Amino acid sequence: MNKPDSPAPVSGRRGAAPGPAGWFRSFFRPGPRRVDSPARRAWQRFHRNRAARLAAWGLGLLIAAALLGPGVSPYEPNAFVAGAFEPPSLRHWLGTDVHGRDLLTRVLVGARLSLVVGLAGAVISLVIGVLWGAVAGFAGGRVDGVMMRTVDVLYALPTLVFVIVIVTALNGLLARWEAAGVPVNPAHARLAGLLLGIGSVSWLTMARIVRGEVLSLRTRAFVEAARVLGAGPGGILRRHVLPHLAGVVIVYLALTVPAVVLYESFLSFLGLGIQPPAASLGTLIAEGAAQINPLRVYWWLVVFPAGTLALALLALNLVGDGLRDALDPRAVA
Amino acid sequence: MNYVLRRVGFMVPLLGVISLAAFTLIRLAPGGPFDRERQVPPEVERQLRARYHLDESLGRQYLRYLGGLVRGDLGPSLRYRNHTVNDLIAAGLPVSLTIGALAFCFALGAGVPLGFYAAIRKGHWPDQVGNLAALLALCVPTFVAGPLLVMWLGVKWRWFPVALWGTPAHVVLPVLTLGLYFAGRVARLMREGMLNTLGAPFLTAARARGLSESAVFWRHGFRLGVLPVVSYSGPLLADLLTGSFVVENLFQIPGLGVFMVNGSLNRDYTVVVGLVLLYAGLLLVLNLIVDLLYAALDPRVRYE
Repeated sequence: MNKPDSPAPVSGRRGAAPGPAGWFRSFFRPGPRRVDSPARRAWQRFHRNRAARLAAWGLGLLIAAALLGPGVSPYEPNAFVAGAFEPPSLRHWLGTDVHGRDLLTRVLVGARLSLVVGLAGAVISLVIGVLWGAVAGFAGGRVDGVMMRTVDVLYALPTLVFVIVIVTALNGLLARWEAAGVPVNPAHARLAGLLLGIGSVSWLTMARIVRGEVLSLRTRAFVEAARVLGAGPGGILRRHVLPHLAGVVIVYLALTVPAVVLYESFLSFLGLGIQPPAASLGTLIAEGAAQINPLRVYWWLVVFPAGTLALALLALNLVGDGLRDALDPRAVA
Repeated sequence: MNYVLRRVGFMVPLLGVISLAAFTLIRLAPGGPFDRERQVPPEVERQLRARYHLDESLGRQYLRYLGGLVRGDLGPSLRYRNHTVNDLIAAGLPVSLTIGALAFCFALGAGVPLGFYAAIRKGHWPDQVGNLAALLALCVPTFVAGPLLVMWLGVKWRWFPVALWGTPAHVVLPVLTLGLYFAGRVARLMREGMLNTLGAPFLTAARARGLSESAVFWRHGFRLGVLPVVSYSGPLLADLLTGSFVVENLFQIPGLGVFMVNGSLNRDYTVVVGLVLLYAGLLLVLNLIVDLLYAALDPRVRYE
């Protein structure tokens, strides 16, 4: 006699796969016992995806090159080491730019900055988006309405205007601090402003996704059980709701990183992000594009930074896709 | 019909809120529209501020702006003297509309067939080639595609003019640059939408009724499979029609995107709020159209 809502088979399966928090931990540290957990199966699916595996390796290589390369390179990224516009050669593998700076070193430094901004911006959007969406979805009613209408209004504002205003406002604040004699590193502060600007617009989609998930989670039996046992809303949110969001959040995070890298490059291309002589992939492409003229073609100035950005985006997208497919609960095996 | 009227009626207060948000945001930014000019005597600047009512309280300025808005007047530009915002939009909008609409057609024209074909041949080589093409398109944003296209198609092979605006040949490079990335997005959405539809029971039912495979895919599958693309099209079209700064800057085209960015940088308050309202209005209308298309395409969706 097997009642349809009999808990026995469910608890049997749960025995092998501990609750969501353990799920999350074991995703990174499989442990000695080779149990067939959802995390292990997801990891196997990811590993079997040839494109994603290749992209993960490529991304690791790019990160290693960006971290170690500038130290290994014999040239300083901002030093004038050769004549202007030297084509690629054995001494300067990717040629030199308008001021005779080594392009390879600058591309590596730029890639490092772009990747750091991408990761940090994605984390900022993650924190704001998850908190906003979880509180809105969990509180429901009026609070939910007000919070999500705010998101709607922010959606309707062109992101570019929003970022420009935030970045310039922070730069203004910075100028006032400097005038007042507060010791700030202008380059770092500008980077912080850029991150804040990007983070403040890229959390909107995350908030919507998380709210949708929380809306369905909060009516589930285990949440009601926790409430009956006297847990407060904050505790329920932290202990019982947020761990369930790990999957969807990881997937969305993986797809946000390339979006933020793109955004930083775009803003730097406009001259709003990283300021020269510091380099990001966006400023390098902009510098190369400024040198396009009908008489002489300095193709390396555009092709190498643009190619690096395109490869980084390709790898990030492939890894993101792979994670999404691997963590898809509907996937077979 | 009632539904449409209700939605349109709701747009007016929403646009009001958006204008307030844009107004507050741009006014919160430090600096003013007259900062970059050569030093003027303080009394001249006072005169300037008085002329544009910048000396009043923010609340009164906003009410004054709303008053003009109701009459369809977006106010004078603070940087481009002797031009009203209406003038600037009238000059830039046709150009941006042309490029945006063509880029939109390119994105859909390339993306939808690519995604559709990849989905119905899932796992075979058309799928893999289509996937790769879409992914590559996603990795060349406008500011990467633009310089590369200019360098090869424009400067090296001299197929197309690289700048300015006038003949149809001038349109090609900007449209390609703008549309390529979005073609990739559309292709991926289309493939995903089709794949989610292809397993649906109603397609099996259609096959069971003896319909041919092409009728199953085109008449029944496509209608639902295209829905993700439809919902993406609203914001995409609003974005494309109001101009792209990168493309306009790169190709020296007199469109709206340049005004938007320069307006924000110069604190040209009226220009920014005017353009934000234009974008938001477009977005709301297009989203309404998207929702109506949804109901037309998906028989399960009903509005009352």
